[in-house]
Amino acid sequence: MSVKLQNISKFFSDPEHPDKGVAAVVDCNLDILEGEMVTLLGPSGCGKTTTLRVISGFESPTSGSVYIDNDDVTSTPPNKRDTSMVFQSYAIFPHLTVAQNIGFGLSLRKKPKNEIEKEVRDIMRMTGLEDMYNRRPDQLSGGQQQRVALARAIINKPRVLLFDEPLSNLDAKLREQMRVEIRRIQKTFGITSIYVTHDQDEAMTVSDRIVVMNEGRVQQVGTPFEIYSRPVNTFVADFIGQANFLDARVLRKSAESVDIMIGTAEKNIKSWSGNPEVGDTVKVVVRPESLRVKKSKDKNDGLNGVISTQVYLGPSVEYQIDQKKKTETFHAVTYNPVESGFFSIGDKVSVDFNSAAAHILAEG
Amino acid sequence: MSGCSLGVSIIMKTGEIKPYISRKYRELRILLGDPLLFIVIAIVGISVILFILYPLIKVILSGIVINDRFSFSIIKEIVSSWYLRQAFRNSIIMGVTTAALGTLVGFLFAFTLARTDIPFKRFFNIIAIIPIVSPPFIGALSIIMLFGNNGFITAGVLGLSNVKIYGFRGLLVAQVVTFFPVAFITLKGVLDSISPTLEDAALDLGGSRWNVFRRVTLPLAVPGIASAMLVLFIETLADFGNPLVLAGSRFPILSVQAYLEITGMYNLPKGAALSLILLVPSMTAYIIQKYWVSKHRYITVTGKPTSSAIKLVNKPAKWLLFSGTMLVSLFVILIYLTILWGAFAKVWGSDNSLTLRHFGYVLGVGFEAVLDTLVIAGISTPISGVLGMVIAFLIVRKRFIGRGALEFTSMLSFAVPGTVIGIGYILAFNRPPLVLTGTLAILLINFIYRYVPVGIQSGVAILQQIDPSIEEAAIDLGADSRKTFGRITLPLMVPAFFSGLIFAFVRAMTAISAAIFLVSSNWQLMTVQIMSQVESGRLGAASAFSVILVGIITAAILIIRWFLHLRFSGMQGSELRF
Repeated sequence: MSVKLQNISKFFSDPEHPDKGVAAVVDCNLDILEGEMVTLLGPSGCGKTTTLRVISGFESPTSGSVYIDNDDVTSTPPNKRDTSMVFQSYAIFPHLTVAQNIGFGLSLRKKPKNEIEKEVRDIMRMTGLEDMYNRRPDQLSGGQQQRVALARAIINKPRVLLFDEPLSNLDAKLREQMRVEIRRIQKTFGITSIYVTHDQDEAMTVSDRIVVMNEGRVQQVGTPFEIYSRPVNTFVADFIGQANFLDARVLRKSAESVDIMIGTAEKNIKSWSGNPEVGDTVKVVVRPESLRVKKSKDKNDGLNGVISTQVYLGPSVEYQIDQKKKTETFHAVTYNPVESGFFSIGDKVSVDFNSAAAHILAEG
Repeated sequence: MSGCSLGVSIIMKTGEIKPYISRKYRELRILLGDPLLFIVIAIVGISVILFILYPLIKVILSGIVINDRFSFSIIKEIVSSWYLRQAFRNSIIMGVTTAALGTLVGFLFAFTLARTDIPFKRFFNIIAIIPIVSPPFIGALSIIMLFGNNGFITAGVLGLSNVKIYGFRGLLVAQVVTFFPVAFITLKGVLDSISPTLEDAALDLGGSRWNVFRRVTLPLAVPGIASAMLVLFIETLADFGNPLVLAGSRFPILSVQAYLEITGMYNLPKGAALSLILLVPSMTAYIIQKYWVSKHRYITVTGKPTSSAIKLVNKPAKWLLFSGTMLVSLFVILIYLTILWGAFAKVWGSDNSLTLRHFGYVLGVGFEAVLDTLVIAGISTPISGVLGMVIAFLIVRKRFIGRGALEFTSMLSFAVPGTVIGIGYILAFNRPPLVLTGTLAILLINFIYRYVPVGIQSGVAILQQIDPSIEEAAIDLGADSRKTFGRITLPLMVPAFFSGLIFAFVRAMTAISAAIFLVSSNWQLMTVQIMSQVESGRLGAASAFSVILVGIITAAILIIRWFLHLRFSGMQGSELRF
């Protein structure tokens, strides 16, 4: 079941200052395909939760329309939308048992009792809740409550499944386990899903596509690979992982590639966003793990510097490299340091990268 | 509402009227898509306008419109009367002093119970609740029996004659005893919500105990103290029972004068105008309390409350506080024992031998009043409770045009003195289209809408503790408003519903200020009967009536509690988790 957002905007009025509205979402357009799992990712206050609540019907947009399966549902109340939400706080009904919680939606649809019980037992088996049938919610751990919330949402076979930061109340280990679990269950049922999170690892793990949002606006829509290695602007590049932004000048341009001058070296790069013109100064995005560091005595090719910090993380070492003249710094990561060797603070180094690992940002 | 219209003008300025209209239209469509919600809002709104606002408007109009013409002549007449000016002054002075003293005693109780480890805490708690669950004029009645001309202490113990208990001092004592528990409950809540870790931190930073109290605890409690004082001011101003018994003719009180004007002089417009004057200071206090004090509260407990190791009070101070609390408690006990004794004494003050004849009188002549009171309280309380929960739900959880107005109007009864309401009901419902005076209906309706704020308050409190996403989850799973309310919200509100019910029942059983205007020969109330016994000097019968009344209330509370325990004891565990 596809979901489509057309020109959605949402302004909240501030009750303290009624003359000042707050724009939560501005002109949001999204096309979500059937069976797809799409993540809305962004810092807090970026409008991702508001967007989700507009889809579920808990907020009505200031302007724009919501379509589920080409039906305009913009003024359909949430109970008639056939969407199911997994809430951040789980929102388990505290006065009902686990089974009553999970079967709540079915009992509203007036299904016979024995059918409800069978379906509830089935779904409980699939979500790892076998022995919890008559438990009360206050006897469940956080992870179990999360599973109940998930089971309660999917048992109704909704057209769209919505997740509102579902893992933010779990500890780190359980979070990693549950995000794999959520992805597995979502794929098994093939339910179109929209997932809100501010955790980029979580977004990378669960999504077919990621929607990066900032200050109410969609920044980029793409697969995890596109978002990470082909960011469209500095916000996306900076928000997802760490990024080095290297200054460069465009020398030549063809349909397939752009030649740039970076430091004293010339590079041919096949990936860019925006419209780099010959003579422009552009930013080149290189991820820390793609930055190759070696000891150097050469004076200046523009990418020289001194190691200023070194953080040992076990499988990897993170370095910060300060450029001599400019105030810029590079971030680099080397893996398997036991074999590849360490640098010490104060070492003079030069950095380089493979053209295939670089991406040009030609903004404004 | 003003915010709403402001919003329109701003949006028009920026030329975005279209999205605004389409959004409003959409909200309306969503509301219409849920016809039940729409109907409930409409019914509640109309009934609140009819039974709260309309009588109030009638009082205001009758004070300033004479023979269909706008006129201040009645108000002028009142203002030019020395006696009535005196009544206004006395009411204000009585309100202010009761507020100050009552809050002081309430704070003494609250602080002693919240911050020391004295023995008999349960006993003190019960003492502070007793005046709340008894008719408001018991204090006055008992003080006459103790300190009056034939008083047990004045005449009996001290052998004095010609004692003047009627007037300011006697009334003040009665009012403080009656109303300090209200301050106690507010301040106990406030002190319990001030995280002890703040006091620990201040002590840890080297503050002496006195300094910590003066510079941390007390400032944090100031909004609560202000709120308690304003509430006490409002309640004292509105109180009718104690002044009618104790004020006497040389110390006129406004609410009593309004009553006498109507029942004694049959001058309804003048009575209405007097009650209108009463309305001004109490509305002012209410608005300050609601819109200023409540916005300046501190929230210091977040997450799990830390258990307090009590160390703010040293030993001598602790026993000093204990003695103060004990002294007040003993006085409260004395007041109630006097009533109990008075109910069994043959002739109070002259023949103290025991008899059952007062009870015989009450159960014979007055039995109808007992039954009527039970019927009226028994019917109006549950209706009022459900209505309160519904209004609380609408206010907290729903967004609709007029929501703020509904909240303000339905809570008005807290601020409007009963005298005003009673007079308003006579004015509003003694001529067509709605003739209700003299019927059971007018008493029921009055009680339902007069005590609905109690239910609303406890409903709002519990709703604010229920995570809204729990209801959203039900809606999301396909439940409409009725099913969400019936299957999720209401069950979670049940404990609050019953505690609201207890208070509404108590208030209905002990009501007098509005009801005294609405009783008729067909429908009588115990409180009004007690009143008339006092006025005709039959203190024994009045005491017996009071004892039975308090007995019924206590029994009702115990039954509701027992029922709650029986039915919902399993739920309490999950309740507490919120």
